Amino acid sequence: MQLTLWTYEGPPHVGAMRVATSMRDVHYVLHAPQGDTYADLLFTMIERQDKRPPVSYTTFQARDLGGSTADMVKVAVAEAFERYQPKAMLVGESCTAELLQDQAGHLGQTLGLPVPVVPLELPAYSKKEHWGAAETFYQLARTLLADRIPAPGAVREARAEGVRPKANLLGPTVLGFRCRDDVVEITRLLGELGIDVNVVAPLGASPDDLRRLPDADFNVCLYPEVSRTLSSWLQRTFGMAYTKTTPMGINGTRAFVAEVAALAGVSADPVLSREHPGVASLAGSQSRMAWYARSVDSTYLTGKRVFVFGDATHVVAAARIASEEMGFTVVGLGTFCREFAREVREAAKLYGVEALITDDYLEVEKAIGDCAPELVLGTQMERHIAKRLGIACSVISVPIHVQDVPARYSPVFGFEGANVLFDSWVHPLVMGLEEHLLQMFRDDFEFNDGAKPSHLPAVAKPLATGPVADVAQGGATVEPATVEAPAAVQAEAAQDVAVAEADPVWTGAGELELKKIPFFVRGKARRNTERFARERGLTQITVETLYEAKAHFGR
Amino acid sequence: MTDLSELPVAQAGCASATPARRIIPVLRERGQREVFCGLTGIVWLHRKMQDAFFLVVGSRTCAHLIQSAAGVMIFAEPRFGTAILSDRDLAGLADANDELDRICVELMARRPDIGTLFLVGSCPSEVIKLDLAKAAERLNAQLFPKVRVLNYSGSGIETTFTQGEDAALRAMVPVLPKDDAPQLLVVGCVADVVEDQFRRVFDQLGIGPVAFFPARRAADLPSVGAGTQLLLAQPFNGETVRALIARGATLIQAPYPLGAEGTTAWLAAAAAAWGVAQDRFDEVTRPLIERSNRALERYRPRLAGKSVFLMPDSQLEIPIARFLSREMGMTLVEVGTPYLDRQMVAAELDLLPEGVELSEGQHLDRQLERVRAARPDITVCGLGLANPLEAEGLSTKWSIELVFTPIHGYDQAADLAEVFVRPLERRSRLTV
Repeated sequence: MQLTLWTYEGPPHVGAMRVATSMRDVHYVLHAPQGDTYADLLFTMIERQDKRPPVSYTTFQARDLGGSTADMVKVAVAEAFERYQPKAMLVGESCTAELLQDQAGHLGQTLGLPVPVVPLELPAYSKKEHWGAAETFYQLARTLLADRIPAPGAVREARAEGVRPKANLLGPTVLGFRCRDDVVEITRLLGELGIDVNVVAPLGASPDDLRRLPDADFNVCLYPEVSRTLSSWLQRTFGMAYTKTTPMGINGTRAFVAEVAALAGVSADPVLSREHPGVASLAGSQSRMAWYARSVDSTYLTGKRVFVFGDATHVVAAARIASEEMGFTVVGLGTFCREFAREVREAAKLYGVEALITDDYLEVEKAIGDCAPELVLGTQMERHIAKRLGIACSVISVPIHVQDVPARYSPVFGFEGANVLFDSWVHPLVMGLEEHLLQMFRDDFEFNDGAKPSHLPAVAKPLATGPVADVAQGGATVEPATVEAPAAVQAEAAQDVAVAEADPVWTGAGELELKKIPFFVRGKARRNTERFARERGLTQITVETLYEAKAHFGR
Repeated sequence: MTDLSELPVAQAGCASATPARRIIPVLRERGQREVFCGLTGIVWLHRKMQDAFFLVVGSRTCAHLIQSAAGVMIFAEPRFGTAILSDRDLAGLADANDELDRICVELMARRPDIGTLFLVGSCPSEVIKLDLAKAAERLNAQLFPKVRVLNYSGSGIETTFTQGEDAALRAMVPVLPKDDAPQLLVVGCVADVVEDQFRRVFDQLGIGPVAFFPARRAADLPSVGAGTQLLLAQPFNGETVRALIARGATLIQAPYPLGAEGTTAWLAAAAAAWGVAQDRFDEVTRPLIERSNRALERYRPRLAGKSVFLMPDSQLEIPIARFLSREMGMTLVEVGTPYLDRQMVAAELDLLPEGVELSEGQHLDRQLERVRAARPDITVCGLGLANPLEAEGLSTKWSIELVFTPIHGYDQAADLAEVFVRPLERRSRLTV
């Protein structure tokens, strides 16, 4: 039993719904109690879908449990087939129906429908949404491809001379992160290399399209959380190689181009000849990001402390971009995708941090408070954490909210994606010159560090929602923090109280001097100074200690 | 769900004699029900009772549901959470009980501001027969009186959407102190601003003492006894009402305080039970009715003659249909209700127009066929259906907004009308 306040992932059947809703001519019958239909609103409200998800629910109630809930499954499957005439059906259970052991999937198969019926067994008490999506995508494709599986040892036919290579784009779904636009961007990129897209799936694909998957030469495993299971089966069964790089950021996109060119047996030159790593000019890359990052006004971005949390694919790529392409310092990196913990741990090593592998929102909140970052790259959850702590934030991963499905074209993959990332990461920060002026004249009555960055709309003070018991701090109730003293600092102060005996105490003058340091670096300054004092066994922190520590650590 | 006809209906407890009622035919359907489960009630209950914590004992689906229904996560650590059952808990119930106790004790240690802990049952906890009543007993031995632990089920197999509030309040009834002195007890969660307005009116009418159930703090339990007269602010608290009647209270039959007419009838029922003179009643309510009608006047021309289809969801469908039809002049295409608790809506049914199409339960696909055939001017439906219907050119109103918005009483009557005007207004403005 695990106490959860907010959850990063839904149950596995929601993953299955994402696959079904992404596709055409597929219908999913879910054996589930009344109430589970809530999941429809994720699609119609967050993603603003203009159609109901192709899902029918049995919505059994307590009075049905005495009778035959199994019959309800048969009726629902038969009615759904009759009404929607899908070309393939998925039949499965949600958490409660799993306990009833009606074997919904197999009941669906016994009806003798003239279309493939795929039974889904998604263990709701041990697995989660992404696993459910990956498993559903795999099971559906496997069923549809059953009669195309080549004999063991069969050699894959070489592509005829003069025929353009073809790739499948696997993994984009509704309720994913910017999938709709990433597909456009990657399709265009492959086109420039002379590679055609055979099938995009699940997004927009029909069961007939899935049957054509083996017609491609290789697979682009675009979102491994959803498509790695299927990609690896296609490799084992059909000998189709699949990509391992994520085309996110300039370096990521360049590496991706090189990888697909090699897989397709074509030259990467059409794209990479226009990419000049290390060249400081607008002509150096197809993305403006490389030049914008080198532009002198971006100097202030140097070493900004960034905390990255989300799904594995996006966090590994985002950390690389933050470090290599923005000049930030990655101070925290983590994921809620346990299935991809290994990849994220590997990446964390590059930045000398310990990977945070958890789906506990409170643990993430504590980690962010502890690192006192200046920017959080996270999910909808981290958006809230950052808002509370008064830290800038940009969303880079699912779970998302309605504002993360923008009307405008805004991919995060490919060269245009890099432009989008530059804008959306830099925008929430205090801008360069403003930062300098804040340091010099912090007492200006309307232009001070208590005021929000002037290019952002005025918003309510963070934590306006009321006092919050901060678990991280052993139950101490943290009062609503003003921008003047971000919660991170207060939380830290609370922690200091807890271990007061061993810790040096700030003198009044020292504390006042600390307040002259702009809020976005004050947390770091406080921490460094206290560490400095502790290491030297000082009992008091004076103005001098503050500057001694500054000299010791640098800015 | 409990079969309502089997419940002891305490007619003898009613303050007013029930007149002969006309028979309204009801279309009963079974099939897919597009409704929330009772866990959703936590979203407003935890805001109303600020010293209460709601711990759902359920699955990841339950946690995901509440989070999705709440829409935005504005609270860092909200006053609700889910103890998510894992494979291990399913394998051994003894361990599951230990685990639950551990979580509750830890949680309460960390939240010293909490005085009442609700253990909320879910579909999986009901199916594996995890006994939350026993758990509450065990935990009370450890935590009471600092924290009172109560339990109820908000599971989808037993409760529909707003029934979650009924189940929560029902769980509180046995611990209400006994007091036979006369009092008016208003039952059902209403917005604080509405509660204050009603208090002022009751004061002016000389009706008192008045208590609200639930109060703003769960620890402020109202008393109940032979002198308690029940006035219902919400139509979905049938079980609670029957439990209060069993504790000696009497029910004042009245329509619900939605719309000016509904509010007047509601207050009049209380005034009659309290022996308030007609002159006095008129004197107090006349200016309020006038103001309410003045505000409604603005919206009436926008709604009169328009048709509305109410899909079953919040259980407020019948009183709202009555308001839209009688006060705003709208045509009712179909009034759906998840379940029909006649005792709760008796006075409302009498006010519905002749020939009204009433439906109970749901077969979603068939009901949508009727919506498409009728093409009503407004369809009241759940969040999962609103955008798809809009895309078919039909204006919609989310039923959940009717639960989250202050709509009761004179000064909110126009707000209630405006909720229905807005989608029409919007459609008429947009030209793209």
